[in-house]
Amino acid sequence: MSETIKKFMYLNRRAPYGTIYAWESLEVVLIGAAFDQDVSLAFLDDGVYQLVKGQDTSGVDMKNFSPTYQALGDYDVTKLYVEKESLEERGLTLEDLMPLTYEDEDDDWAEKDSIRLVSRAEIADIMDEQDVLFSF
Amino acid sequence: MKFAIQVNEGPYQHQATDSAYQFAKAALDAGHEIMRVFFYHDGVNNGTNLTTPPQDDRNIVNRWSELGKEHNLDLVVCVAAAQRRGIVDEGEMQRNGKSAQNIADGFRISGLGQLIEAGIQSERLVVFGD
Repeated sequence: MSETIKKFMYLNRRAPYGTIYAWESLEVVLIGAAFDQDVSLAFLDDGVYQLVKGQDTSGVDMKNFSPTYQALGDYDVTKLYVEKESLEERGLTLEDLMPLTYEDEDDDWAEKDSIRLVSRAEIADIMDEQDVLFSF
Repeated sequence: MKFAIQVNEGPYQHQATDSAYQFAKAALDAGHEIMRVFFYHDGVNNGTNLTTPPQDDRNIVNRWSELGKEHNLDLVVCVAAAQRRGIVDEGEMQRNGKSAQNIADGFRISGLGQLIEAGIQSERLVVFGD
Protein backbone atom coordinates (compact mmCIF):
# COMPACT_ATOMS: atom_id res chain seq x y z
CA MET A 1 0.00 0.00 0.00
CA SER A 2 3.01 2.25 0.50
CA GLU A 3 6.56 2.26 -0.75
CA THR A 4 7.94 3.54 2.52
CA ILE A 5 8.62 0.89 5.14
CA LYS A 6 8.81 2.35 8.60
CA LYS A 7 9.37 0.71 11.95
CA PHE A 8 6.09 0.96 13.87
CA MET A 9 5.92 0.03 17.53
CA TYR A 10 2.78 -0.16 19.62
CA LEU A 11 3.40 0.37 23.34
CA ASN A 12 0.87 -1.34 25.55
CA ARG A 13 1.09 -0.17 29.14
CA ARG A 14 -2.34 -0.78 30.60
CA ALA A 15 -4.32 -3.71 31.96
CA PRO A 16 -6.79 -5.19 29.46
CA TYR A 17 -10.20 -4.37 30.94
CA GLY A 18 -10.00 -1.37 33.30
CA THR A 19 -9.99 0.97 30.31
CA ILE A 20 -10.54 0.53 26.57
CA TYR A 21 -6.96 1.43 25.59
CA ALA A 22 -5.78 -2.18 25.20
CA TRP A 23 -8.68 -3.23 22.99
CA GLU A 24 -8.59 -0.12 20.82
CA SER A 25 -4.81 -0.47 20.52
CA LEU A 26 -5.31 -3.97 19.17
CA GLU A 27 -7.79 -2.59 16.64
CA VAL A 28 -5.11 -0.22 15.35
CA VAL A 29 -2.63 -3.10 15.10
CA LEU A 30 -5.07 -5.19 13.06
CA ILE A 31 -5.86 -2.34 10.65
CA GLY A 32 -2.21 -1.30 10.50
CA ALA A 33 -1.13 -4.80 9.51
CA ALA A 34 -2.58 -4.17 6.04
CA PHE A 35 -0.02 -1.41 5.44
CA ASP A 36 2.99 -3.75 5.23
CA GLN A 37 5.16 -1.85 7.68
CA ASP A 38 7.75 -3.30 10.07
CA VAL A 39 5.50 -3.77 13.09
CA SER A 40 6.26 -4.74 16.66
CA LEU A 41 4.36 -4.60 19.93
CA ALA A 42 5.75 -3.96 23.40
CA PHE A 43 4.04 -4.94 26.62
CA LEU A 44 5.18 -2.92 29.62
CA ASP A 45 3.90 -2.14 33.11
CA ASP A 46 0.31 -3.43 33.56
CA GLY A 47 0.26 -4.04 29.79
CA VAL A 48 1.78 -7.47 30.45
CA TYR A 49 -1.60 -8.52 31.87
CA GLN A 50 -3.02 -8.26 28.34
CA LEU A 51 -1.21 -11.50 27.44
CA VAL A 52 -2.06 -13.54 30.54
CA LYS A 53 -3.65 -16.86 29.61
CA GLY A 54 -7.00 -18.08 30.85
CA GLN A 55 -8.70 -14.70 30.87
CA ASP A 56 -12.34 -14.94 31.93
CA THR A 57 -14.42 -11.78 31.66
CA SER A 58 -17.82 -13.34 32.38
CA GLY A 59 -17.94 -11.70 35.81
CA VAL A 60 -17.53 -8.19 34.42
CA ASP A 61 -19.72 -8.68 31.33
CA MET A 62 -17.07 -7.43 28.92
CA LYS A 63 -15.87 -9.00 25.71
CA ASN A 64 -12.86 -11.25 26.24
CA PHE A 65 -10.67 -10.09 23.39
CA SER A 66 -7.58 -12.03 24.40
CA PRO A 67 -8.04 -14.71 21.66
CA THR A 68 -7.39 -11.92 19.14
CA TYR A 69 -3.72 -11.84 20.16
CA GLN A 70 -3.44 -15.40 18.86
CA ALA A 71 -4.46 -14.18 15.39
CA LEU A 72 -1.61 -11.65 15.20
CA GLY A 73 0.76 -14.22 13.67
CA ASP A 74 -1.62 -14.62 10.72
CA TYR A 75 -1.43 -10.85 10.22
CA ASP A 76 2.39 -11.04 10.07
CA VAL A 77 2.65 -9.32 13.44
CA THR A 78 5.31 -11.56 14.90
CA LYS A 79 7.41 -9.43 17.25
CA LEU A 80 5.81 -9.11 20.67
CA TYR A 81 8.33 -7.79 23.18
CA VAL A 82 7.46 -8.42 26.83
CA GLU A 83 9.45 -6.57 29.45
CA LYS A 84 11.03 -8.92 31.95
CA GLU A 85 10.97 -6.48 34.86
CA SER A 86 7.28 -5.72 34.38
CA LEU A 87 6.47 -9.42 34.58
CA GLU A 88 8.65 -9.91 37.66
CA GLU A 89 7.21 -6.89 39.46
CA ARG A 90 3.79 -8.50 39.10
CA GLY A 91 4.83 -11.98 40.13
CA LEU A 92 4.37 -13.30 36.60
CA THR A 93 6.55 -15.49 34.40
CA LEU A 94 6.38 -16.45 30.71
CA GLU A 95 4.46 -19.55 31.83
CA ASP A 96 1.55 -17.31 32.81
CA LEU A 97 1.24 -15.87 29.29
CA MET A 98 -0.65 -17.24 26.31
CA PRO A 99 1.58 -19.21 23.94
CA LEU A 100 1.67 -16.99 20.85
CA THR A 101 3.31 -18.29 17.71
CA TYR A 102 3.73 -17.60 14.02
CA GLU A 103 4.83 -19.62 11.01
CA ASP A 104 8.12 -18.35 9.59
CA GLU A 105 7.84 -18.31 5.82
CA ASP A 106 11.62 -17.82 5.54
CA ASP A 107 12.26 -20.99 7.51
CA ASP A 108 10.01 -23.58 5.85
CA TRP A 109 6.99 -22.33 7.83
CA ALA A 110 8.50 -23.46 11.11
CA GLU A 111 6.35 -22.52 14.10
CA LYS A 112 8.13 -19.94 16.24
CA ASP A 113 7.35 -17.99 19.39
CA SER A 114 6.12 -14.45 18.85
CA ILE A 115 6.79 -13.43 22.44
CA ARG A 116 10.31 -12.17 23.07
CA LEU A 117 11.32 -11.57 26.66
CA VAL A 118 13.51 -8.48 26.90
CA SER A 119 14.95 -6.40 29.71
CA ARG A 120 14.00 -2.81 30.44
CA ALA A 121 17.34 -1.66 29.03
CA GLU A 122 16.83 -3.70 25.85
CA ILE A 123 13.32 -2.38 25.27
CA ALA A 124 14.67 1.16 25.58
CA ASP A 125 17.15 0.43 22.79
CA ILE A 126 14.43 -1.17 20.64
CA MET A 127 12.19 1.86 21.15
CA ASP A 128 15.05 4.08 20.11
CA GLU A 129 15.24 2.29 16.74
CA GLN A 130 11.59 2.98 15.86
CA ASP A 131 10.26 5.52 13.38
CA VAL A 132 6.76 5.65 14.87
CA LEU A 133 5.77 4.86 18.46
CA PHE A 134 2.09 4.55 19.29
CA SER A 135 1.51 4.74 23.01
CA PHE A 136 -1.63 3.17 24.44
CA MET B 1 8.89 19.60 9.73
CA LYS B 2 5.82 17.63 8.72
CA PHE B 3 3.92 16.63 11.85
CA ALA B 4 0.95 14.40 12.51
CA ILE B 5 -0.88 14.57 15.83
CA GLN B 6 -2.86 11.91 17.66
CA VAL B 7 -5.25 12.96 20.43
CA ASN B 8 -6.33 10.15 22.73
CA GLU B 9 -8.35 11.93 25.41
CA GLY B 10 -11.61 13.86 25.51
CA PRO B 11 -11.98 17.59 26.18
CA TYR B 12 -12.10 19.12 29.69
CA GLN B 13 -11.64 15.77 31.50
CA HIS B 14 -7.99 15.66 30.47
CA GLN B 15 -5.37 18.19 29.41
CA ALA B 16 -4.16 16.08 26.47
CA THR B 17 -6.30 17.88 23.90
CA ASP B 18 -5.33 21.32 25.28
CA SER B 19 -1.68 20.34 24.98
CA ALA B 20 -2.24 18.99 21.48
CA TYR B 21 -3.97 22.22 20.46
CA GLN B 22 -1.21 24.42 21.92
CA PHE B 23 1.40 22.24 20.23
CA ALA B 24 -0.38 22.43 16.88
CA LYS B 25 -0.75 26.19 17.14
CA ALA B 26 2.89 26.69 18.10
CA ALA B 27 4.10 24.37 15.34
CA LEU B 28 1.99 26.17 12.71
CA ASP B 29 3.12 29.58 14.00
CA ALA B 30 6.72 28.39 13.64
CA GLY B 31 6.07 27.49 10.00
CA HIS B 32 5.74 23.72 10.38
CA GLU B 33 3.13 21.61 8.66
CA ILE B 34 0.44 19.58 10.44
CA MET B 35 -0.64 16.99 7.89
CA ARG B 36 -3.37 15.47 10.08
CA VAL B 37 -4.84 15.50 13.57
CA PHE B 38 -6.30 12.10 14.40
CA PHE B 39 -8.75 11.77 17.28
CA TYR B 40 -8.90 8.35 18.90
CA HIS B 41 -10.29 6.75 22.08
CA ASP B 42 -12.27 9.42 24.02
CA GLY B 43 -10.45 11.95 21.86
CA VAL B 44 -13.35 11.60 19.41
CA ASN B 45 -15.38 13.71 21.85
CA ASN B 46 -13.36 16.70 20.65
CA GLY B 47 -15.44 16.50 17.48
CA THR B 48 -19.04 16.88 18.71
CA ASN B 49 -20.88 20.11 18.01
CA LEU B 50 -23.17 19.51 20.99
CA THR B 51 -20.47 20.65 23.41
CA THR B 52 -21.63 23.70 25.37
CA PRO B 53 -19.05 24.78 27.95
CA PRO B 54 -19.64 27.72 30.33
CA GLN B 55 -19.06 31.07 28.60
CA ASP B 56 -16.06 31.98 30.73
CA ASP B 57 -14.18 28.83 29.70
CA ARG B 58 -12.39 27.92 26.48
CA ASN B 59 -14.51 26.17 23.83
CA ILE B 60 -12.23 23.30 22.95
CA VAL B 61 -14.33 22.00 20.05
CA ASN B 62 -14.78 25.41 18.40
CA ARG B 63 -11.12 26.13 18.93
CA TRP B 64 -10.16 23.04 16.89
CA SER B 65 -12.71 23.97 14.20
CA GLU B 66 -11.31 27.50 13.97
CA LEU B 67 -7.68 26.37 13.86
CA GLY B 68 -8.68 23.82 11.24
CA LYS B 69 -10.38 26.44 9.11
CA GLU B 70 -7.53 28.90 9.43
CA HIS B 71 -4.85 26.37 8.43
CA ASN B 72 -6.92 23.95 6.37
CA LEU B 73 -6.20 21.14 8.85
CA ASP B 74 -7.33 17.56 8.30
CA LEU B 75 -9.20 16.84 11.55
CA VAL B 76 -10.08 13.14 11.51
CA VAL B 77 -12.28 11.33 14.02
CA CYS B 78 -11.88 7.54 14.13
CA VAL B 79 -15.09 5.89 12.96
CA ALA B 80 -14.91 2.83 15.23
CA ALA B 81 -14.16 4.90 18.33
CA ALA B 82 -16.82 7.44 17.29
CA GLN B 83 -19.53 4.83 16.84
CA ARG B 84 -18.95 3.57 20.39
CA ARG B 85 -19.18 7.08 21.77
CA GLY B 86 -21.99 8.58 19.73
CA ILE B 87 -20.16 10.89 17.35
CA VAL B 88 -22.08 10.78 14.07
CA ASP B 89 -21.92 12.54 10.71
CA GLU B 90 -24.62 12.59 8.04
CA GLY B 91 -23.46 9.34 6.46
CA GLU B 92 -23.13 7.48 9.75
CA MET B 93 -26.53 8.79 10.82
CA GLN B 94 -28.17 7.27 7.78
CA ARG B 95 -26.12 4.07 7.82
CA ASN B 96 -26.93 3.35 11.45
CA GLY B 97 -30.50 4.66 11.49
CA LYS B 98 -29.79 7.44 13.99
CA SER B 99 -31.99 10.49 14.46
CA ALA B 100 -29.28 13.16 14.36
CA GLN B 101 -25.74 13.95 13.43
CA ASN B 102 -23.32 15.90 15.62
CA ILE B 103 -19.94 16.10 13.90
CA ALA B 104 -18.41 19.54 14.49
CA ASP B 105 -17.40 21.90 11.68
CA GLY B 106 -14.15 21.01 9.98
CA PHE B 107 -14.00 17.45 11.36
CA ARG B 108 -14.50 14.33 9.28
CA ILE B 109 -15.08 10.71 10.29
CA SER B 110 -12.78 8.11 8.77
CA GLY B 111 -10.97 4.87 9.50
CA LEU B 112 -7.90 3.85 11.45
CA GLY B 113 -6.00 3.56 8.19
CA GLN B 114 -5.79 7.36 8.31
CA LEU B 115 -3.77 7.09 11.52
CA ILE B 116 -1.35 4.54 10.06
CA GLU B 117 -1.03 6.63 6.91
CA ALA B 118 -0.26 9.67 9.08
CA GLY B 119 2.52 7.66 10.74
CA ILE B 120 3.95 6.74 7.36
CA GLN B 121 3.66 10.13 5.67
CA SER B 122 4.65 12.47 8.51
CA GLU B 123 8.15 13.01 9.77
CA ARG B 124 6.95 12.99 13.38
CA LEU B 125 3.78 11.55 14.87
CA VAL B 126 3.15 13.18 18.23
CA VAL B 127 0.76 11.38 20.58
CA PHE B 128 -1.14 13.29 23.27
CA GLY B 129 -2.76 11.12 25.89
CA ASP B 130 -2.66 9.77 29.38
